[in-house]
Amino acid sequence: MMNNKEIPDFRFTPTIDKVGVEERVARIQTKSIKGESKVQGMKMILNMIDLTTLEGKDTPGKVKQMCYKAQHLHSQYPDCPTVAAVCVYPSMVKIAKDALGNSNIKVASVSTAFPSGQAPMEVKLMDTRFAVEQGADEVDMVISRGKFLAGDYNFVYDEIAAIKDACGPARLKVILETGELVTLDNVRKASEIAMHAGADFIKTSTGKIQPAATMQVTYVMLMAIKDFHARTGKMIGMKPAGGISTSKLALHYLWMVKETLGDEWLSNEWFRFGASSLANDVLMQLMKSKEGVYQSSDYFSID
Amino acid sequence: MARLEILKTYKIYIGGQFPRTESGRFYTPLDSKGNPLANVCLSSRKDFRNAVVAARKAFGSWSERAAFNRGQIIYRIAEMLEGRRAQFEEEIIKQGKSAKEAKQEVDLSIDRLVYYTGWCDKYQQVFSAVNPVASSHFNFSVLEPTGVVAVIAPQDSSLIGLVSTIIPIITGGNTVVVLASEKLPLCAITFAEVLNSSDVPAGIINILTGQESELLSHMGSHKDVNAILYASDHKENYFKLKKLASESVKRVYRTELNFMDESAENPFLITDFQEVKTTWHPIENIGGSSSNY
Repeated sequence: MMNNKEIPDFRFTPTIDKVGVEERVARIQTKSIKGESKVQGMKMILNMIDLTTLEGKDTPGKVKQMCYKAQHLHSQYPDCPTVAAVCVYPSMVKIAKDALGNSNIKVASVSTAFPSGQAPMEVKLMDTRFAVEQGADEVDMVISRGKFLAGDYNFVYDEIAAIKDACGPARLKVILETGELVTLDNVRKASEIAMHAGADFIKTSTGKIQPAATMQVTYVMLMAIKDFHARTGKMIGMKPAGGISTSKLALHYLWMVKETLGDEWLSNEWFRFGASSLANDVLMQLMKSKEGVYQSSDYFSID
Repeated sequence: MARLEILKTYKIYIGGQFPRTESGRFYTPLDSKGNPLANVCLSSRKDFRNAVVAARKAFGSWSERAAFNRGQIIYRIAEMLEGRRAQFEEEIIKQGKSAKEAKQEVDLSIDRLVYYTGWCDKYQQVFSAVNPVASSHFNFSVLEPTGVVAVIAPQDSSLIGLVSTIIPIITGGNTVVVLASEKLPLCAITFAEVLNSSDVPAGIINILTGQESELLSHMGSHKDVNAILYASDHKENYFKLKKLASESVKRVYRTELNFMDESAENPFLITDFQEVKTTWHPIENIGGSSSNY
């Protein structure tokens, strides 16, 4: 057993049984959630969404519109929950913060030269401090994948720790960009480095690289969180992001979290979906269960 | 040595793929002597939902495609059908018609595809209009496709009814989800194989097999279906469909055409599933009329 305070030697993180992971995920995907539990699950999903816009063409108007949507997902559905947070670039944080006012919705900002992370340390720190000063409640950083793949784990670790420091009170989500990490072994290793270096959340992807979130990498990261919790007693959040656009898939993710980490993680404090089009699909499913007829996107706000 | 015949599995056609029905169910239509024809998918409402998703996804690029190119693609279907006519004739005979009737039906189906090929880049010219107005405007009306159209194909034919109902709809830039004849479903799925090898983009035509009684209400109520063509023969079902469709203000048409007859070659089957967009364009003077007439 390792000492709690010690940093483990990351060369010896456990390797992953890829075939085993695929089988486990395949079994989770056979689960069919229906009726009342489905409605409950879908409301939970809505409440776990980080409504995201991360585009070069983002404007204050687009961000304000998204913030309005975050607060009023679909007025035709009574007691519709709000999303957990909106996720924007640092330059849009203030606009989002003002637009959300005193609603309970958080503002998350990407930082550290998102999405590539190819910038000097000072720039990444400035980027992060700026976002927090502007009012970001959460910071989504990217790790240096090049350094990680070159085996420079110390660099990756130190960088995360430094950014965590710069975050102050804001919660830190560490994006591993699993689509660039090549193997599940690397995903596990990067998860451990991030958690030990001070991540509050680990997040799969930027959404700019294919593949983005998959159930396989999410499962590996959830298992890393579970082991970390067993070892240190500290809870770490999980955020799959990118490519989750249907409520059926999102329900499978929820089920996987419940199976792997248990009910404690089933709230937006510990689990999030990074998504832009998921909300509408979930809303359409909710309306379907209310009205009994299949819905059309014509009746929902554009996202 | 005796050889075991390999029986074909008839699967449905959704988004350019041939899935089995998600429900895992099947039914066995019989020929006139009571022998089983084949095991055919008994599609569920979820198959229908999936098909509508595929059709909606395909709608944008199909409706925006150049009219001439749509014509080329429909002509290609005719070419591929010609190449596989023996299989269609055999299936039609199996389903109770004579060899002569089967040949005639396949001939006519191919010709009908060619007929609508011609209309692809012409119906706009024929049915659009420049309208006289009492102000200084150039006022014109053009046709635009309605969207996703659900079709309940005629019950009494396997091929010609299917072709004659869905082809005019896609000629007009719509996408289609069609429920094939319940008793005579064989040609529908073989036709899907023709479509699959004819440059028809995935999702433009989606073909389901199963029971009208089961899928009818979902076709009527689905909000993402923009119009319905009812070519089957239960009057009550038609009225039920109209009632359900009114909830989301969708058009429902019924046709009782004899598709073996020339009257089924008809451009109004295209315009039934078109919306008219009228534009007022400010202009000084047009055609000798001025603002004071």
